Amino acid sequence: MSAATPKGVLITPIFKNNPIALQILGICSALAVTSSMSVSLVMALAVIAVTAFSNLFVSLIRNHIPSSIRIIVQMTIIASLVIVVDQVLKAYAYEMSKQLSVFVGLIITNCIVMGRAEAFAMQNGPVLSFLDGVGNGLGYGVILMIVGFFRELLGAGSLFGVTILTPVQDGGWYVPNGLMLLPPSAFFVIGLLIWVLRSVQPEQVEENEFKMKENTQPKEAV
Amino acid sequence: MASNNSIKKTLIVAFALCIVCSVIVSTAAVALRPQQAFNQEADRKSNILQVAGLYQPGESITKQFEQVTPRAVDLRTGEYTDAVDPETYDQFSASRDPAQSRTLSGEKDIAGLSRQENYSVVYLVGDPQDPEQIILPVRGQGLWGLMRGYLALRGDANTIEGITFYSHSETPGLGGEVDNPKWKAQWDGKQIYPEGEVGEGRPEIALVKGGASGPTEVDALSGATLTSKGVTNLVQFWLSDAGFGNYLAKIRDSAEGA
Repeated sequence: MSAATPKGVLITPIFKNNPIALQILGICSALAVTSSMSVSLVMALAVIAVTAFSNLFVSLIRNHIPSSIRIIVQMTIIASLVIVVDQVLKAYAYEMSKQLSVFVGLIITNCIVMGRAEAFAMQNGPVLSFLDGVGNGLGYGVILMIVGFFRELLGAGSLFGVTILTPVQDGGWYVPNGLMLLPPSAFFVIGLLIWVLRSVQPEQVEENEFKMKENTQPKEAV
Repeated sequence: MASNNSIKKTLIVAFALCIVCSVIVSTAAVALRPQQAFNQEADRKSNILQVAGLYQPGESITKQFEQVTPRAVDLRTGEYTDAVDPETYDQFSASRDPAQSRTLSGEKDIAGLSRQENYSVVYLVGDPQDPEQIILPVRGQGLWGLMRGYLALRGDANTIEGITFYSHSETPGLGGEVDNPKWKAQWDGKQIYPEGEVGEGRPEIALVKGGASGPTEVDALSGATLTSKGVTNLVQFWLSDAGFGNYLAKIRDSAEGA
């Protein structure tokens, strides 16, 4: 990421350097909140707001942060922003905040936020950092929306709560797949997504860290 | 940047950051509190409307709640009381205040509450003198923690209209099925006491395993013995003389007299 450009920092994290699909960060909340699209959307917006503003504020004071306490300084800024976001959701999207429950609070521990603050905002100017935060939040949000799309459509037969495939219990033909509403299904969807992304962009495939030995012969094992 | 790492600079930065962040956080918390309190209130009211089967999605909850009259009841005598304002009275914190509550001991405390408040709020639907429905706040221990909800009775103070839990921590899929609308629908029309024995002895309404029969039996939750037991206990507790028993007896008397 040499010579970051405003457009570059905004666009690359969406598919090319996606925080979930390539860096495998922030998986926990991606599993937990993607069972419906509207919840995924609110979570995505919350994360975009927090990454963008934490990057902005960290970048603004980056020349004054003593390196010995820089992590705690970043954490304090992130935690304050998360509390503000949580309060706003409780005030203006109460139903949604009930569904998101602890996961808004857990944005504090989302590695994406912390990672961008430490890796990008500490070295770059406020505008670039802000855009980088928006970009990474978008990258997170895009994956969340895709996962939410499949989970809600296959698990409940609806999108944003609007019925698309009428489930059997309401007299339709679609038998909802209950597994899709449970967190493990997000693993499958994210796994498949990573496969697709790496097939389209082979440069994302990682080098093997070690070569696996060929199958051991029964004779050697004894 | 060497000066950044001096002890003085470190302390100044840490202190300034703490001040700024705490001001931001507390401003947000204070400024948004009225809106949040309104939401919580609306949520509570919508629970009450739902248990009474009156809830219309999409319409103003404040407006819909106008058909409901909150009244305070003295649980010891069963009389209405003006000692507390039902609109603002916080029953749950009152149950922890020794001045406004009493301890429950041993076998009387079947719902596992250990303290019970002296006054409770009840919600009356329709004419407060001759209510169509009486909604009682109930709570009790489940398997993992306190379950809090509402129980709606019809005007005869013996037939159940519905039950709902707005807060519980039961196992999802097992005890958590207390939220299941299908299970809750069973409660409609059940009776606290069987025909002819109204008000005699202990309330008989209970959750039973293996198929409920008769008007005082409700199907237990499968795979959730302790949650089912908790629900039975809390319903029986609040309907007995330790709970709303005296109050309900008075309602029945006045309904017969009228």
